[in-house]
Amino acid sequence: MSERASDGAAVVPRRKLRVATASLAGCFGCHMSLLDIDERLVDLLELVELDASPLTDKKRCGPCDIGLIEGGLCNAENVHTLRAMRANCKILVAVGACALNGGLPAQRNHIDVRDCLQTAYLSGPGVERGFIPNDPELPLPLAQVHPLHDVVKIDYFLAGCPPSADAIWQFLTDLIAGRTPVTAHGLIKYD
Amino acid sequence: MTTLDLAAMVQRHGGDATRLVQILHEVTAALGYVPPATITELAARLGVSRAHVEGVVGFYSFFSAAPQGRFRVRFSDNITDQMAGSHALCQRMLDAFRVELGEVSRDGLVSIARTSCTGLCDQGPALLVNDRAIARLTPQRIGAICSLIRGEVPLPQWPENLFAIHRLVERRDRILAAVMQPGEGLAAAVARGKAATIAELERSGLRGRGGAGFPAGAKWAACAAAPGPERYVVCNADEGEPGTFKDRELLMHHAELVIEGMTVAAFAVGAQRGLVYLRAEYPFLVAPLEELLARRRAAGLLGRAAGGVAGFDFDIELHVGAGAYVCGEESALIESLEGKRGIPRNRPPYPVTHGYRQRPTVVNNVETLAAAALIARDGAGVVRDVGTPKSAGTKLLSVSGDVARPGIYEYPFGVTVRQVLDDAGAVATQAVQVGGPSGTLLAAREFGRRIAFEDVPSAGAFMVFDQRRDMVAVVENFARFFAHESCGFCTPCRVGTTLAAQMMTRIATGVGSRRDVKDLARVAGVMKAASHCGLGATAGAPVVAALEKFRPAFDQRLRSLDVVPTFDLDLALAPAREATARDDQAAHLDEESP
Repeated sequence: MSERASDGAAVVPRRKLRVATASLAGCFGCHMSLLDIDERLVDLLELVELDASPLTDKKRCGPCDIGLIEGGLCNAENVHTLRAMRANCKILVAVGACALNGGLPAQRNHIDVRDCLQTAYLSGPGVERGFIPNDPELPLPLAQVHPLHDVVKIDYFLAGCPPSADAIWQFLTDLIAGRTPVTAHGLIKYD
Repeated sequence: MTTLDLAAMVQRHGGDATRLVQILHEVTAALGYVPPATITELAARLGVSRAHVEGVVGFYSFFSAAPQGRFRVRFSDNITDQMAGSHALCQRMLDAFRVELGEVSRDGLVSIARTSCTGLCDQGPALLVNDRAIARLTPQRIGAICSLIRGEVPLPQWPENLFAIHRLVERRDRILAAVMQPGEGLAAAVARGKAATIAELERSGLRGRGGAGFPAGAKWAACAAAPGPERYVVCNADEGEPGTFKDRELLMHHAELVIEGMTVAAFAVGAQRGLVYLRAEYPFLVAPLEELLARRRAAGLLGRAAGGVAGFDFDIELHVGAGAYVCGEESALIESLEGKRGIPRNRPPYPVTHGYRQRPTVVNNVETLAAAALIARDGAGVVRDVGTPKSAGTKLLSVSGDVARPGIYEYPFGVTVRQVLDDAGAVATQAVQVGGPSGTLLAAREFGRRIAFEDVPSAGAFMVFDQRRDMVAVVENFARFFAHESCGFCTPCRVGTTLAAQMMTRIATGVGSRRDVKDLARVAGVMKAASHCGLGATAGAPVVAALEKFRPAFDQRLRSLDVVPTFDLDLALAPAREATARDDQAAHLDEESP
C-alpha cells in the first residue's frame, strides 16, 4: 500500500496535466484531427490544461507534462521551437507523418535549397525585379526537411496522416492515465 | 554506339522471357548499359511488360539503364578488401580520372564504383573491369590499369598476368584430395539404382553446405517423390556471402566432381535438365565450365542416354547471375533463373515440389554436389566416417583477413576455430567472423568453439581480424553490405537495413549517440522478427553480436551519451545562408541547444 496516497488506498493523486502543442513543418491537419475528438474535448479539458499551443495562441512553452508536435523540421525556427519543447516537456510526442518521417514537406529534399530560393524569388515565371528575402526576422530553411527524432529524443511516435481522432483520443487517455500507449491495429493509418 | 541486332539476339534465346537475365548480359557486353529504347524493344519482342524488363535491369547491380563508362570498374568492397587498402586504391583511380565514385567520366571512358565481395578475399584487394576480374591490387597495378584504360586498350589485349587468379589450397581432405574419372560417380549410381543412391546419400548424413544444413538425402527424396512430368537439378554457385570463395576453388579445379554430382542427382531424382547458377563475379569460370560441359557431352556423359543409360536424357546449361546477393537464397535464385527479379518466394511450397518453372527442383550448393558425387562412388562412409555425429563429413573454409596463409582449408567438421587460426598463421586475433556477415561473430574467448551445424555453422567464410582492427568499422561494412543487398520487397528489411547502416556510419564516424546504439538493437530485433526471408532475418546479427562482444568499442566512439542531432544543424543552414547572403546570428544554429 502506498504511504503517499492520503487516504492510504493507493489511489493516484489527480492533478491536471499541462500539455503543450506545436505545429512545425506540417499542415495543421493533426491539430484538426485533435479537434475532431469533438465532445470528448470537454472530457479532455477536465484532465489537462493547455500551455503553449496554436489553440491558446500562447507562444512560449512553460514546464509541461506532455508536448505534442506535428510537422517536421524545415527551418531554424522549427529547431528552436522543438528544442524549447524538449527542454520543457517531460514526455515529447511526435504526431503524424511529417513529424515521424518529414512527410510531404520532405518532398523538397532532392532539390538544392539555393535553386529553390532562386526559382521562387528570382528566375521563376512571372517574377520581376525579384530578390531573395534576407530579413534576419525570417528563419532560414534547412538544406533538407528532417523528422523530429533527428534532433531531439522523442518519447512516443503517433503515426498517421493525420492520426485519426480516435487514435489521438486513445493515445492521450492512455498517456494521461499512466498506461504505456499502444496504438492498436485499426487505429494506425500510414497513408 | 555499337548497333545491336536485338531480333537475332532474342531469337537465339528462343524468344524465351526466362532468358532475360542472359539476354541483358549480352546487351551490356555490347553497349555497356541497357538503353531505354532497348528495354522497350526487348519487352515487345519477349512479350512481357516494359515494367518487367526495367524492373529486372534495375534490380541487378551489374545492369544499368543509365550510360556507363566504356570501361566499367567495380572495386570489391568486402571488409577484407578494405583492410588490404582497397579504399585508398579506389581513390587513386578516381583521382587519376577525375571522376566521382559511382559516376561516369565526362568523356564516357570509365565509370568507377564499388561492389559487394567479388570472392577474391584470399588475394585482395580485387576489382572487376567489364567482365574480367583482377586480384592482388597494388598502387603499381592500379597505375598499369589506369594506363591501359586511358589508352583504350581492348581488354583481350591487356597483359594476361593481370588476370591471374592464384590457387591457395592449404589443407586437403576428402573432397579436395579426391580424384575422380568422368562418369565414375554416375556409373556407381546406376549400378546401385535410383532409390539406393538416395538411400546412400541419406545414410551418409550429408547436410547442405550452403549454410542452412538441410539434409541432402531428404531433399533428393522429396524431389524424386514429387509428382510431375519433369524435374530439374540446380547447382547454386552464387557464393555471394562476403568472405566466401571455396566454390571458386571447386569450380576452377574440381568442376568435374561438381558436374558429376549434378548428373548423379539428376539420375537419382529423374531430372531432364540441370542449371548451374554462376555468380557474375566469377566471369573467369564461364569458358572453362562451358568447355567441361562440352567435353562431357562429347564423352556421352550428358545428352541423350547420358552415361549410356537408356532413358536418362540429361543436359546442363550455365546461367550467369548479375550481382545480387539475395539470389543465393534458393527461391530467389530460381526466380532469377526464370529471368525475373531475385525476390525470394513465399515458402512453402518448397522448390522440391514447386521450383524452377513450378516443377520439382533440387537446388544444391556446389560443395554439396561434390560430396554427393563422392558418396555415389565411394559409399556413405566417405562422409559419414568423418566429422561429428550431427555434422558428417568435411567442410571447405575460405580463410581470409589477418592471417599469414589465406586460402582454402578443408577440415572435418568439429575443428575448433583456434585450430584453423593456428594453421593459417593468425596472431593476436581479436575476432573471427564465421560464415560471413550473416554468420557468427566470435570473440577471442570463444575460439574453442567448433565449426559444425550444432555449434558454429558456416557456409564457408572465415574472416580473421587481429587486434589492430576497428570492430566498429568491420560491422559498419557489414551493415552497408546488407543495406545494398536488400531486395526491397519487404519493409522491415528494406528500411531496417538502411537505418542500421546509417546508424553504424554515424557511430563509426564519431557523431553517434547512445540512442543510435539503442535503436540499432531495436531495428535488428524488428528485422529478425518480421523480415520476409533470411537476408533480413540475419542482417542485424553482426550488429547484435558486436554490441554484445565489443560494446566498449562502440561506446568509445559515441559523441554523447545523450541524444544528439543526426546531422550538422549549422551546416544545414549553409545553402540558405549562401542564397540570402546572410550571416547574422539568427542565420546560425548552435551545436547544443541554448
